[in-house]
Parts: sequence; structure tokens; C-alpha cells
Amino acid sequence: MTRAHDAGRRRFLKVFGTATGALVVGLPALAWTPDELLGQNLIVLDPYLRIEPDGTTVIGARDPEVGQGIRTAESRIVAEELDADWNKVVVAPLDLGVTDVGGEPHWTYGHQIASGSTSIPAAWNDLRIVGAGARELLLRAAAEHWKANVDNLRTLRGEVIAADGRKLGYGELAEAASRLKPDPKRPALKTPSQYLLIGQDAGDVDARDIVTGRQRFAIDNWFGDVLVAVIARCPYPGGKLAHVDDAAALKVKGVEKVMTIPPPDPARPLGTQPLAAGVAVLAQDTWSALQGAAKLDIQWQPGPTAAVGDGALAERASTALLGEPTKAVRTDGDFAETDKHAHYHFKAEYRIATVAHADLEPPSALVKVDSQRAVIVAPVQNPRATFDTVRRLTGLAPDRIEVKLPRTGGGFGRFLETDYVAEAVMLAKAAGKPIKLIWTRADAFAHDTYRPFSVHHLQACADSKRNLTGWTHRIASTSRLAGREPRERWWLSEMHPDDLPAGLVDNLQYAWYALDSALPRGSYRASSHAVNAFATECFIDEVAHGLKQDALQFRLALLGEPRKLAYRGHGGPVLDTGRLAWVLQLAADAIGWQKHETSTHGFGLACHFTFGGYVAHGVDISMEGRKLTIHKVVCAADLGRVVNPLGARAALVGATLDAFSTALRQRITVRDGRIVQSGFTDYPLATMAEMPNDVQVILVPSEERPTGGFDMGFPSAAPALANAIYGGTTARVRQLPIWPELLRLL
Amino acid sequence: MAINGQHFRHTGDPDLPLLWYLRDVLRLTGCKYGCDDRSCGACSVLVGGKLKRACALSMTDVADQGITTVEGLADSDGTLHPVQQAWIAEDAILCGYCQSGQIMAAVDLLARKPKPSDADIDGIPNLCRCGSYPRIRRAIHRAALAMQGKAK
Repeated sequence: MTRAHDAGRRRFLKVFGTATGALVVGLPALAWTPDELLGQNLIVLDPYLRIEPDGTTVIGARDPEVGQGIRTAESRIVAEELDADWNKVVVAPLDLGVTDVGGEPHWTYGHQIASGSTSIPAAWNDLRIVGAGARELLLRAAAEHWKANVDNLRTLRGEVIAADGRKLGYGELAEAASRLKPDPKRPALKTPSQYLLIGQDAGDVDARDIVTGRQRFAIDNWFGDVLVAVIARCPYPGGKLAHVDDAAALKVKGVEKVMTIPPPDPARPLGTQPLAAGVAVLAQDTWSALQGAAKLDIQWQPGPTAAVGDGALAERASTALLGEPTKAVRTDGDFAETDKHAHYHFKAEYRIATVAHADLEPPSALVKVDSQRAVIVAPVQNPRATFDTVRRLTGLAPDRIEVKLPRTGGGFGRFLETDYVAEAVMLAKAAGKPIKLIWTRADAFAHDTYRPFSVHHLQACADSKRNLTGWTHRIASTSRLAGREPRERWWLSEMHPDDLPAGLVDNLQYAWYALDSALPRGSYRASSHAVNAFATECFIDEVAHGLKQDALQFRLALLGEPRKLAYRGHGGPVLDTGRLAWVLQLAADAIGWQKHETSTHGFGLACHFTFGGYVAHGVDISMEGRKLTIHKVVCAADLGRVVNPLGARAALVGATLDAFSTALRQRITVRDGRIVQSGFTDYPLATMAEMPNDVQVILVPSEERPTGGFDMGFPSAAPALANAIYGGTTARVRQLPIWPELLRLL
Repeated sequence: MAINGQHFRHTGDPDLPLLWYLRDVLRLTGCKYGCDDRSCGACSVLVGGKLKRACALSMTDVADQGITTVEGLADSDGTLHPVQQAWIAEDAILCGYCQSGQIMAAVDLLARKPKPSDADIDGIPNLCRCGSYPRIRRAIHRAALAMQGKAK
């Protein structure tokens, strides 16, 4: 690094006055830019944005890219308000932005997490200001240059244009603009009618690198002089090492060391430390490490509580559901009294299997740690959690920890955890060398933070006019907050008090019952929305059929007149029944719902409100013997204003197929206290042949705030499929996975 | 052996899987690690013109063979292979991890079947967790059209 770089950068250590607290420019302007991107004439306007003299506009993407398209979408937001020429935009991933303020971390880039479809709403709040503020500086720079009134200038695609038609490119203005003091006022934002990029399709900014194999995913990175680590982990939760003979492993050419990893500390939260005790083989290359690990002779001692499978958990749930709830989540009116006097009564039990994340990219971590610095390159959805784990294990000052955010082959919640990072840091510290930790596919299945298992007891009643008058939903589940938060908070991840049909039925009860399990659990795409929507949307279908009502009309009647219901959870503060009814109607029309009674095919519908987004699915299937054919799928979505429709469609189609794949066959089972599944052979992801050729996406045009959309397409897909299967077979599948239960029922 | 037109001599462990040779030695990381039982296809490469799983081949298996990885598909002037172009045009990306393997499978399919039917495309067993299959399908049809145009 040359002096010129340093001097060039220091000039721009200034506060970006229009920014919210999250956008204050400070030292991170030094840290964020990958060295290879720095030019001699570096012009930094803001850590999110750099305009070079040739007009190249580098936009920093702060949120981790795990396939949700965030790098593309959030840089489009900045570029829109900047009025940039998209052809000159280069998107560069940012590291975790952190400085040291009195020994404590200060987060400099605002929102940096891939979880719960929150990145786009956050970007909408603050990244528009980044672009608009920079645009304002460029306009002022042009005004000074031309001695013109700034109000007589406008911008278009990377140029400032004067009233008489003279033009100056942003590149020509960048240096002058960077010398201006930002106006402390919040910059004016565009009106939607001025949008040139938002609402238009944009392909993934990394596409060319991906199709040429040049894109470095997390697992594709290296440091010099690394040792590759592969860990044999204890297959029993809470178990420990009884005995290891590493003689054969150490004889493998290339193997340098064998080290142990202690069992997790039960007092420390899950996800912040290794998931299991282990024996690590450190070698010069991956193949040697893999061979060495295979040659370890290990005896494990099971932990105090044995892992049990879903069958045993279901028995525990039956007992638990007879007793008092751990948490009365919501009580409206009096269900018991209403049910007593009702004309129609319905009751069903739904069961949702434990599933694994099965990201195509397995966990890995490349870590360099010394007394001065730690650098982490890993699949990361939650950079701050990664930072916290590294800081705890190294004791380094906040600005000495660099968390890189490489593109990652999927996320789905697995990489919100930091267990694999903790393993690599522990090994790097002990070995005194950089470590590249690789997990095998079998490792990833055996040691996951699985989606919780749950049993759902649902009851409903209707009056003589077939109006739904009562509803109860009682869930027993292995909360994903167990092992992380106090017991009285465990229900929070499992049941949302304002999820429908709450607010639509006068007498309603939601209750949650704790189930214990030794298996680690964690976040999984759309979290409990996915499983609760399956039970709810299938049971609504049952009730509609039981009342001899059309399932669409029944749902629409239940949603009633468009109105805003209070919604306290993520995605609130309101749930608009009209927006949900509209996507449902769109999905029904597009799937051809009107012919469902006369067709030999099965038709199914479902809808759900997830994280602020309204999505409905329509599915058209047929069954011939044991062959399921999914003929057509419609996904109608109201996600507010959509930043990148091409990306939103990818996410909605992807979520739909991922939901089908998960719902049809996937489940984690336990035998003798350990996970059975070890690969895609016994944990099948759906293949192209099993999936429909296409999913028709209908995006509702909307002026509402953008919600993002990675998770929203997931929850209603599986219940629509199960309802379609009922329509085609009259087999009511009340379990996930669907397939084994369907075969049993047929 | 020749990899993407360049010659290499491997003197180490003859049992070393091609996957780890490509990734660890040559740093051709477009060839992805995804599983241990040939089920995912993320490491698909062409060996002697045939589609193979790099994880399941040892260096002995590929001695003296010509190997093409995703890094070797584009022309030396940077012009992308029609399949790569089609992938970009259809934005068949999502997380992107499986796509280099999917692209190799598509190149192989189009070499065998220049006008593949949907059923032919269904024969590709490569796994995608994100659900990019419909875009992959469209990209293959698009590439087939482009390549036919070129052949004429």
C-alpha cells in the first residue's frame, strides 16, 4: 500500500452530514475497500459509494449475499437515487463495518444481516439517502464549476445537465464534489415517477463471475500457509471424547497435527460455540485432511440426554398437549363455551418433521488469527454474531477483527450461527497457523441447527349458518430459542399472536407447549411461519370442505372487508386483510380455480402474511397411482414496491420449489441417539424432473414500502400443494413430509 | 493431462480426487464441493468430452485425458460460451453455487442433443437447493437456439 493511497483516503474521513446514525463515515472508509479496487485518484464520497474519475461508480453492498439477490437490489437503490449510469456501476461487497469506540464495537454500515427478509426494508430507509446525498454533492460541484444556480441543473444516468444542455459526467465532478461539505439537511429523494432503475429488471451483478467459475464463494478462498482442517465430531448431543487413537491419521502424508475440540459449554448460548466435541485433523491440503479424519479411531461417550427422533417427540407432545400450556399466546372470547353451542365441530392434528438446512455450500471457515488481528472468511449471514464469537475467543480490540462477507451458496438460517467459525478460530489459535476448516456433507447433516419439530392441535367450530365462530391452535414444539434464551421467551419464535385467523374469529385461542430435545435447533427459512401456515392453511381447507363451502369463497369470507389488523410481530404494525385477499384471488384466478370441481386434477390454495409480505399460492396436480405430477403453480405476491422484479421472481419461484422439495420428502431421523441422514441420497432435494417446469409469478403493483421477498414465497407453497393433493385424491395429508404420509393414506 | 487446454503433470498421490486437484492445487474453484456420494453434481466437469463428477475420479483415472472445467468454457478472448450467455440472459443464478455444475451438465446435454426436449432436460440430475430449475430450463432452451443459429 502506498502513501498516496493513504493520503488519498484520509481526505475523505468526514461525516456524511445527511446520514442517519448508521451512516456516519469514519475510519471504515479506510477499511472497507478491497485493496485491488483502489486507484491512485481514489474519490470516496461515502463508504457505500465511490466515484472514480472515469465515471466508474463503485457501490458497496453491505448485506451478506446468500442467493437472495441483495447485492443487486441494494446497489440499485443507491444507484437510483444517485441517478447513476448502471452500466458504470461496479458492486463490491463490504466487510462488516466496525470501529473501536472506547473498546466497544461501533457498527458503521448499519444493517448487515441476511435474515427475515429485512435487508431491503433497511436499505429503503437509509441507502436511498446515500445515493441522494452524493447526487446533491455532484450537482453542487457542477453548479460551482459552471457558476450556475444548482436549481437549474438536473441529473440523468451519471451526468449533470445544465439548462443549456451542457453536460458533466459524475467522474469529472467527483473530486470537486468530494471537497464539498455535505449539507446537513436530509437530501431530497426522488418521487417514484422519476425512477429509472427501481421497478425494472436487473440481472444478478455477480452473474458473469458465477457462470465463468471466477466468483469466489466462501469455501473458495485461501490464505498462504494455511492448514486445512477436517473435524470428526461427536455424533451424540452433549457427548464427549472417550478415546482417540490418531496414529494412523498422523501417518497420512500431508497430515501435520491432530487436535481436540472440547464439548460445548451448556452455560453458553447455542450457536456461539462449536456444536459438538471433536477431533480435528490439520493437514497441508483438503484430501490429506479428509483421509486423516477417516483414519481416526475414536470412541465417543454419549451426553446426559439422548437425542430422540420425531416419533418419540410426538409422544411427548401428546402428553404435553394434555396439560397446561407453557404460554397462553392469545385468548379472544371463549372458545370452549362457543364450541359447546356450535353446530359444526372440527379437530385435527398436524405434525411437522425436523429438517436440516442442506445448503449446497457446506459450512467452512478460513481464519487467520494472531496477537494483532483476526481475519475471517466464512459463509456468514449474521456478521455481528460472527464478530462477537471471534472477539470472545481472541480478546482482540473491535477494529482488529475483519469479518469478510463472501458470496455464499445458500443460507436459509444455517449461517446465522457461528459454531464453525468458533471451531476454526480455536484451531488457528492453538496451531499458530491460518486454518481453512472444511465441513463434509455428512458433517453438515449430522451437526446442524435443525428446524424445530412440532405437533399442532387445531379445533374449529361453526354456527348453523356455517360461519366460523371458534378456532384454537395449540402447538407443541422444540423451540429454536431453547439453549439460547430463558425458557419464558421460547414461545416467541414458535407462535405469533397476530397470525391469522386471529382477528377474524371472535373466539380464538393460541397456546404453546414446550418440548425438550437434545438436538440443536435454529432459524430456518421463514421460521415458524412455514410450519404454522402449513397447519393453519390446510386446516382451513378441511373446515371449508367440512362445511361444504368453496375453499376460496370460505377464505375470502373469513378475510372479510379489507381492513387493517394490528400485527405486533416482524412485518407489522398492521396486516391488511384486503391485500391478502387480493393475492389469494389472483392466485385462484390464474390457477383456474373455477374449474376445480369438474376437473380430474386436484387444485389447492393457500395464503399467508410473512414479514410484511402477502403471498398466495395456487397449485394444480394430478396423481396417477403413486406418481404425483405438479401441472401448474401460481404464486401471487404483494411485496410492496419491488426494487428488482427479476430478482423478486427468482426468489418467489425458488422459495416455492424449495418449499415443495422440503415438504415432499425431507426429514431428519434419529437412530440410537444419532442423526441417520448423511447425504442427499437419504435426504433428497427435489430434482429438476420432480419439479414443475415453471411457477407463474404475479407481482402486485404497489406503492407501499418494499418488504423484501426472499422468505415470503415459502410458507403458503406447501399447504397449497397439500390442499391440491386432497383435491386430487381426497387423502388429507396432515404431516410434513408429505410423501411418506400420502403413500400410507393412499 | 490437459486442463482447459493447458498441460499439467501431477506427481503426487495417484488417488487424489480430481476435485481436490482442481480446487487445492490449481485453484480452479468453479468446480464445487457439495457432497461425497456423487449426488449433487456441483463438481461436474468434462473429461475426454464426457460429463463426469470430479469428486469420483482419481488422478489416475484422468491421466492423459483432456479436461474442461467451467473456467475453460469461454473463448480465450473472453467471449462466453452460448450456455454461459444463456445463463446470464435468463438470470439463472440464485445463490449460484450449483450453477457451474449445472452449466457443465447443460454443455454436455447440448453436445448430445442439440435440440433437447423438456424430458431431456429433466434428465439432468444436478441438485439446486434454491429452486433455480425453471430458469435453468429456459437457459438450456435459449442456448440450444443460439447454438443452432451458430451452426447454420
